Amino acid sequence: MGKEIIRLEGIKKVYGNNEVLKGVDLSIRESEVVVLLGPSGTGKSTLLRCINLLTVPTEGHVWVNGQELTAPKVNINHAREQLGMVFQEFNLFAHLKAIDNVAVGLTKVRGVKKEEARKRARIELERVGLGDKTDLYPGQLSGGMKQRVAIARALAMDPKVMLFDEPTSALDPELIGEVLEVMQKLATEGMTMVCVTHEMNFARRVANRVVFLEGGVIVEEGTPDEFFQHPKTERARQFLGKFEGQFQ
Amino acid sequence: MNFYEIAIPAFFEGALITLEMSAISLLIGLAVGIPLAFARVYGNKVLQTISMVYSEFLRGTPVLVQLFIVYYGLPQFGIVLSPMVAGCLTMGLNSAAYQIEYFRGAILSVGPGQMMAARAMGMSKVKAIWVIMIPQVIRIVLPTWANEAISMIKNTSVCYLIAVPELMTQAKIMISRFYNTIESYSLVAVYYLAIIGVMTVVFVLIERKIKIPGLEIEKNK
Amino acid sequence: MELTLQRVITYLIPYLLGGIGVTLSVSFWALLLGALGGLLLAFLRVYGGRFCKVIMVAFSAVFRAIPQTILLLLLYFVIAGSINISAYWAGTLSLAMISCVYQQEIFRSAIESLDSGQMMAARALGMSQTKAIFAIILPQALRRALPSWTNEVAGVIKASSLVYIIGVVEIMRLAQYEIARSREPFAVYLAVALIYFVCTYAICFILRKVEKRLAIPDIS
Repeated sequence: MGKEIIRLEGIKKVYGNNEVLKGVDLSIRESEVVVLLGPSGTGKSTLLRCINLLTVPTEGHVWVNGQELTAPKVNINHAREQLGMVFQEFNLFAHLKAIDNVAVGLTKVRGVKKEEARKRARIELERVGLGDKTDLYPGQLSGGMKQRVAIARALAMDPKVMLFDEPTSALDPELIGEVLEVMQKLATEGMTMVCVTHEMNFARRVANRVVFLEGGVIVEEGTPDEFFQHPKTERARQFLGKFEGQFQ
Repeated sequence: MNFYEIAIPAFFEGALITLEMSAISLLIGLAVGIPLAFARVYGNKVLQTISMVYSEFLRGTPVLVQLFIVYYGLPQFGIVLSPMVAGCLTMGLNSAAYQIEYFRGAILSVGPGQMMAARAMGMSKVKAIWVIMIPQVIRIVLPTWANEAISMIKNTSVCYLIAVPELMTQAKIMISRFYNTIESYSLVAVYYLAIIGVMTVVFVLIERKIKIPGLEIEKNK
Repeated sequence: MELTLQRVITYLIPYLLGGIGVTLSVSFWALLLGALGGLLLAFLRVYGGRFCKVIMVAFSAVFRAIPQTILLLLLYFVIAGSINISAYWAGTLSLAMISCVYQQEIFRSAIESLDSGQMMAARALGMSQTKAIFAIILPQALRRALPSWTNEVAGVIKASSLVYIIGVVEIMRLAQYEIARSREPFAVYLAVALIYFVCTYAICFILRKVEKRLAIPDIS
């Protein structure tokens, strides 16, 4: 595993009187797959969004690839190009065909020529198994397909890290598999990934490290084997107890 | 006497006439609009066409032209109307065209299920409209109708062109007396602002009062 | 002279149509300037921070509470009093400013109806806010706004009949000239109404076709 690529220090996030994150430190290395677990409402998604500053932390520092993003006068748009993000609700651009959804980052952010961007977009769509759906609008795709287009859209920017924010939570159960398959393939290819998910089997099989959050702090972290077989804390044991059914 | 000493009471008189005109016109609009709306939804082909042509034509032409047809055109046929009557009639018939559309939308949003249930109980079509549909339709239509009432107050201002002594006409009179165009129009604008501010609050209160839980959800379907 | 049906068709309508060009060009410029201004104000209101928003909400509410007749006359006298322009352009600019506020409301509600995830996803790709507005939000908001915008087009064409008050020679003014000659107000104004109706109906018909052509699943 490579050098450190993401470093979070003392991240706090307060909304009004509600302290969602209470000081989180996290370091992620190249090619690592980190899964953030925890009950809903514990700030996993907020933490993920703090990495690309879609949510600006109230306190704390974020480094990506050696650059501090929380420093003043950082070009955050430029920094975000290296951080691909996949959302729970897909957020495909509704007015663009699948291929243009994937190409738009290249043309509008990188200034790549339209033809070239589309060529690349076609490759990325094929990579997620949607080479035959390039000309459909998001409204014409199933949830699973939408999410795979969203992954292709992020990949087209050649990100150093992929952030997944509950990518399968809005999907019908029968569509979850196709998305997880694509994510697993990415992990095998050596992509650095940070995933918020409730898919325990995915965490077990694919993750290098599991980070368990509750109440805005990291309660426990370790390899999937350690975490799932021998959770150290009572809270982790309780949490895992609720997912018994998923372990087979 | 200075401008304000004369203008403020004169504009007050004008405002009363504006309100009177708006109220009468809205009632004419209701009286013509509701039957035509039901005719559009439940009527036969002829009634539907009449309702549609009426609505399309009156909504597709400027109210100013309609006003001139009634006030200047009808006397050719011996029908001479006072400015006030011509104004109310035109504004009312014009408003009816818009009210048809609002009520039609509300009727459709209540849904065919209500009508069917009423007919299944043995009610006639007319009775079902009266007892089952209208009470629901009125509640649903109220927010849109409130907007129509508010635009009516504004729209009546064109009646100054046929010299109905409403707010706008009072401003014209002041201007011919004091030669202070911008000041007079601004003061009139303040009057309209006050009237419409009060009306907006009143309608919000009425809406809250007659709300039935669940009915607005049907509307969002 | 007696107005027979033949004379209505061969003389009256062609004569009145001489004014439709002015009516339509006044409406066109008012709508175009109103759209540019309206879009700008709408984006300022949505993305311009709290101060912008409060100012815009108050301004828009006050402006829309005042009858168009009064606004038209007020703006006309202010504009014509401060710069030296023709009645045509003073009237057009006044209509444009009025329409601008109404269009601002149309565009604002279209922008606000879009899912907030669209902006978030665009920012996550590395777009600046301005770039995201132009590449992602605007194309969707315009499609959403089109039905209401079509109504505004009809509204402006009809409201343009008011500019005859300030002395612009358009169809209403020609109608009055003709009535002074023929003393046939009913037929003349009815002809005017017909011409307006055909114009608004045809333009709205075309815009609804455009709307269908541009429709994309999930947006419209």
